[in-house]
Amino acid sequence: MTSLPTPQERSGKKLGLVIDLDICVGCQACAVSCKEWNTSGYSAPLTDLAAYGDQPIGAWLNRIHTYEAGPDGESQTVHFPRSCLHCEEPACVTVCPTGASYKRAEDGIVLVNPETCIGCKLCSWACPYGAREYDYDHGVMKKCTLCVDRIYNENLEEVDRVPACVRACPTSARHFGDLGDPESDVSKMVADRGGYDLLPEMGYKPVNKYLPPRPRRDKETAAPAPVQASETADGKAGIDKLFAWADRMLSR
Amino acid sequence: MVKPATNSSGEPTVDTSPKNWDEVKTTTCYMCACRCGIKVYLKDGTVTYIEGNRDHPVNKGVLCGKGSAGIMQHYSPARLQKPLLRVGERGSGEFKEIEWDEALGLATEWLDGPRKTDPRKLAFFTGRDQSQGLTGWWAQRYGTPNYAAHGGFCSVNMAAAGLYSIGGSFWEFGEPDWDLTEYFLMFGVAEDHASNPIKMGLSKLKNRGAKFVSINPVQTGYSAIADEWIGIRPGTDGLFVASLIRELLIAGKIDLEFLVRYTNAPWLVVQNPGGADDGLFARDGEGRVLAWDKTAMAAVDAHLPEIAPALSGAFELDDGRKVVPAFQLLAERFMDDQYTPDAVADHAGISADTIRRIAAEIAEAAFEREVVLDVPWTDWAGRRHEKMVGRPVSFHAMRGISAHSNGFHSCRMLHLLQMLIGSIDTPGGFRYHPPFPKPLPPPLKPGGKPGEVVAGEPLPGPPLGFPTGPEDLLVDAEGTPQRIDKAYSWEAPIAAHGMMHMVISNAARRDPYGIDVLFMYMANMSWNSSMNVPGTIAALTQKDEDTGDYVIPKIIYSDAYYSEMIPYADLILPDTTYLERWDCISLLDRPISDADGAADSIRQPVTKPDRDVRPFQDVLLDLGARLGLPGFVGDDGAPAYPGGYSDYIVNHERAPGVGPLAGFRGKDGDQYGKGEPNPNQLEAYIENGCHYFHELEPSQRYFRHANADYLNWAQSVGFVGSSNQIVLHVYSEAMQKFRLAARGHGDIRPPEQHRARVEAFFDPLPFWYAPFEEAMVADQDFPMHAITQRPMAMYHSWGSQNAWLRQIHGSNSLYMNRARAKELGVEEGDWVWLTSHHGRVKAPVALMDGVNPDTVWTWNAIGKRSGAWNLAEDAPESQKGFLLNHVISELLPEQGGYRYANADPVTGQAAWYDLRIRIEKAKPEEFGIPSPNFEATAKPPGLRPAPDKVRFGAKEGTT
Repeated sequence: MTSLPTPQERSGKKLGLVIDLDICVGCQACAVSCKEWNTSGYSAPLTDLAAYGDQPIGAWLNRIHTYEAGPDGESQTVHFPRSCLHCEEPACVTVCPTGASYKRAEDGIVLVNPETCIGCKLCSWACPYGAREYDYDHGVMKKCTLCVDRIYNENLEEVDRVPACVRACPTSARHFGDLGDPESDVSKMVADRGGYDLLPEMGYKPVNKYLPPRPRRDKETAAPAPVQASETADGKAGIDKLFAWADRMLSR
Repeated sequence: MVKPATNSSGEPTVDTSPKNWDEVKTTTCYMCACRCGIKVYLKDGTVTYIEGNRDHPVNKGVLCGKGSAGIMQHYSPARLQKPLLRVGERGSGEFKEIEWDEALGLATEWLDGPRKTDPRKLAFFTGRDQSQGLTGWWAQRYGTPNYAAHGGFCSVNMAAAGLYSIGGSFWEFGEPDWDLTEYFLMFGVAEDHASNPIKMGLSKLKNRGAKFVSINPVQTGYSAIADEWIGIRPGTDGLFVASLIRELLIAGKIDLEFLVRYTNAPWLVVQNPGGADDGLFARDGEGRVLAWDKTAMAAVDAHLPEIAPALSGAFELDDGRKVVPAFQLLAERFMDDQYTPDAVADHAGISADTIRRIAAEIAEAAFEREVVLDVPWTDWAGRRHEKMVGRPVSFHAMRGISAHSNGFHSCRMLHLLQMLIGSIDTPGGFRYHPPFPKPLPPPLKPGGKPGEVVAGEPLPGPPLGFPTGPEDLLVDAEGTPQRIDKAYSWEAPIAAHGMMHMVISNAARRDPYGIDVLFMYMANMSWNSSMNVPGTIAALTQKDEDTGDYVIPKIIYSDAYYSEMIPYADLILPDTTYLERWDCISLLDRPISDADGAADSIRQPVTKPDRDVRPFQDVLLDLGARLGLPGFVGDDGAPAYPGGYSDYIVNHERAPGVGPLAGFRGKDGDQYGKGEPNPNQLEAYIENGCHYFHELEPSQRYFRHANADYLNWAQSVGFVGSSNQIVLHVYSEAMQKFRLAARGHGDIRPPEQHRARVEAFFDPLPFWYAPFEEAMVADQDFPMHAITQRPMAMYHSWGSQNAWLRQIHGSNSLYMNRARAKELGVEEGDWVWLTSHHGRVKAPVALMDGVNPDTVWTWNAIGKRSGAWNLAEDAPESQKGFLLNHVISELLPEQGGYRYANADPVTGQAAWYDLRIRIEKAKPEEFGIPSPNFEATAKPPGLRPAPDKVRFGAKEGTT
């Protein structure tokens, strides 16, 4: 089985994502951009089987789920992007028999070393978030790398050194940063908006956080009542009142 | 295999700075109509990555799922390889490969015949064409009026209603003031042409805390993040808006100053029932429209500044004509009891309290939260204003309003509401994208009247334009339509984008006449782009009983992919992918401007085709030259643009100094808008990231219908012909002119058959009426509505052959309201029959809460025909996916011996969403396969085999 870095070994940096469920429209931009970068990136390739056939199935590192949630009759549609949460205590790493899965001491990213992964899938059983995908053709486990080959990539402009999903997201629902630094933008965002952990009771301490949908303001209104109640202003009387009101000197 | 080294912690070392590219080129995406700027990463000529261009005005760096999947589109196995000539029966898919010389020779021969005899016998229709500047000009030079792109079955109701009301429109031609609006209502938008800008804008709204209300029968996508979702019944948006207007009028929550200064609300309308001038504006001897000046107590030129025009009252002119201000008629219309919240609530499926509350919220945002910008500006009359004051309520609408037979008037009502609260191009409201606003309507008339179609001659004007009265219609003395689609006839007088959805059906019935050649580009007419797919296929394959020839004798088609349409064409001219071509996204066509400036862009070939295909625009220029079309050849008969489309983009001039691209004009490339061709223009665009954005000065960014700085500039670059104020139309005199003809006035009158219809629907003020299909079929037989939406990951794209996107949307279900399904005994996973007056389909059901109870819906265009797109014959797209198109008739039920097009009576917009249906649970033994199920199409020769496995990006060493 595989050890995690000790607290002494860890740098304190916890790189991760903050995903805003209030503005995610479920457009799939992040999922496809991820697939596009990573199929020729660290995890290359993300194989697609039966690509043009009856049951196409490919490896994706980020998937979007859409469902309805809430009480009957008042349910709301939620778009929920799902990828590796780069847990502080990831069972997917400790369960790995070869050391292929590991958590980096320097930034907390959880990676799979394809050279030593034997494709036993123990890690995917251990992950309660369903964040790992087995590449049946490649024979190894694939997962979100937080675009480890982008975020430090000196061949990219500095502004582009963020995960592909964050770079692409049209609604800016995805944010990248150091959640180990309470002063970082992402940490502040989590504090302000009540960002939360998925399945905290499991004890894996996910680094990625989700921002909940803001309360909807559907039936509240601060609007004043109309100047004339419509009940009394129907028909001819209403028109006459309107014209009387509109009959003023208005300069063109 | 070499083991990776480890670092000091014992972890493997990771190459964190790989470089999987050797060059990066900018160009423009074509995965939908949004036209974002992209950066394409290439290694050894292979595309390795596509990302959004941060410097681009449309997407500012972001990119949607379609855009990122462009790689799979570019390398799709459905790409055609070489020109094809049909050898079997139409529909058999039997073709032989031919050389380009032969293909172009055949096309020239087929096209030359009708040109030399009767150019109308060519119908040239393009689908998702982004080169309408060229294709429209080609049609005009050829001499046929039978040209349009797909706007007629997309959203011409939005375009026309906007252009006849505010001189601009929703669609991608305007936007809510994302930075300043406080209250935003979105009608009927699942996804839109402005795909990424809307997403970016909604994000801004939500983060600012502005309220977002979505009016849509279905709660998906954008509606899911709305503060309030109003699950309206399809086709009743106009009823809802009319009721909002009524509430605001009653409450006095309207902007009278805006109406007086910027709209024709004070213009005097003649009241002369039965007379030829009834309902027209009163004009003086000089032809000037009049208003009643309350200072002078007299009728004066309505365009004068400083007058104090009356908005209500009845007046008599010196010559005895009785007149009232347009506003008075408008108020009487909307104060009618038929539009009270209580009267409309049940029908629209929205409670009266909700309607009143939304009206109150609009009023509060508009009038209690006025936006004031400290930006001085000068109005049309030369008066300086120190501030820009606006009303932060904005709207956006699209297909949900547009694709109904009452869409034109419903959309006009939305614009009317905007005008009443003073939020047209004011801070916080709706904002135009230059070159809009344009005069109402733009001063272009459709060419193709009798006598204007002459063998061997160009049309005197463009095929598409904007009629303002019966004299502009394309009909003969008997009122017979002149176009094959009957656009601009009494059946659809303002069909400003043509009626592509009627072309094949009409041609097969030879109504109003038969054609010789059907020439189409990027239009999947034998599948998801037609109503009544079985009928369309029958029309495409129908033979003349006497001659045995096809009734549509020749079909030429250009497409990059093996779509369902390919087997029904005779000659295939294979197009390139969007990464292999030049294109221009022109201000003369469909601009990509935003509210702060004018923009245009190009596509450059970032990689070369690896197969024998040619860009359609090059082919069209070549055909134009071979046919000797004026403009396509010089005086010496030699091709005018021998360098192909890139040559045309640079050197073509529509008017002196005005060409497809506005940036870098003039010999030295230092002129904008107007200037002689610059031989280095494309290089300058490439250097600039393949786009050009002309940013407006702050003083030019609002009130552009009346803003002197803006209008003077717009005139200088050719966007408008004069810098006169563009007065907005609450009252449409153009409509009334058609109505008067129907009442028997004038020389050009509708045939008796169409008279009542024209009179009813050419109302100068918008009104609500039940969609035609709803009005014509029995409620008890067809109690529900069925509509479709495009998924964001496949909107406006050709996505089924895309290995990545088809994993997201590989098949579709029929979504039903959970409670309603329970009443019908239908459960998740059941299969149901959906029956319309025209036919029935069988489909699998999924249940949800977020859908109007009277409505079922599905994703459009996911269902594919077996064998098409080089997919396996058992692909889920054909084995589970289905279309609703099969049950939508292109013709309305017969009434009075005639069947009208299933379309808006004003614009001819295809009424896709008028569909009424009933649902019956299928028998268990019927579960499992959709109906109708079409036999698999044969694959044409030369198509590359679709790989079973895609390992895109695989490096050596991966097994």
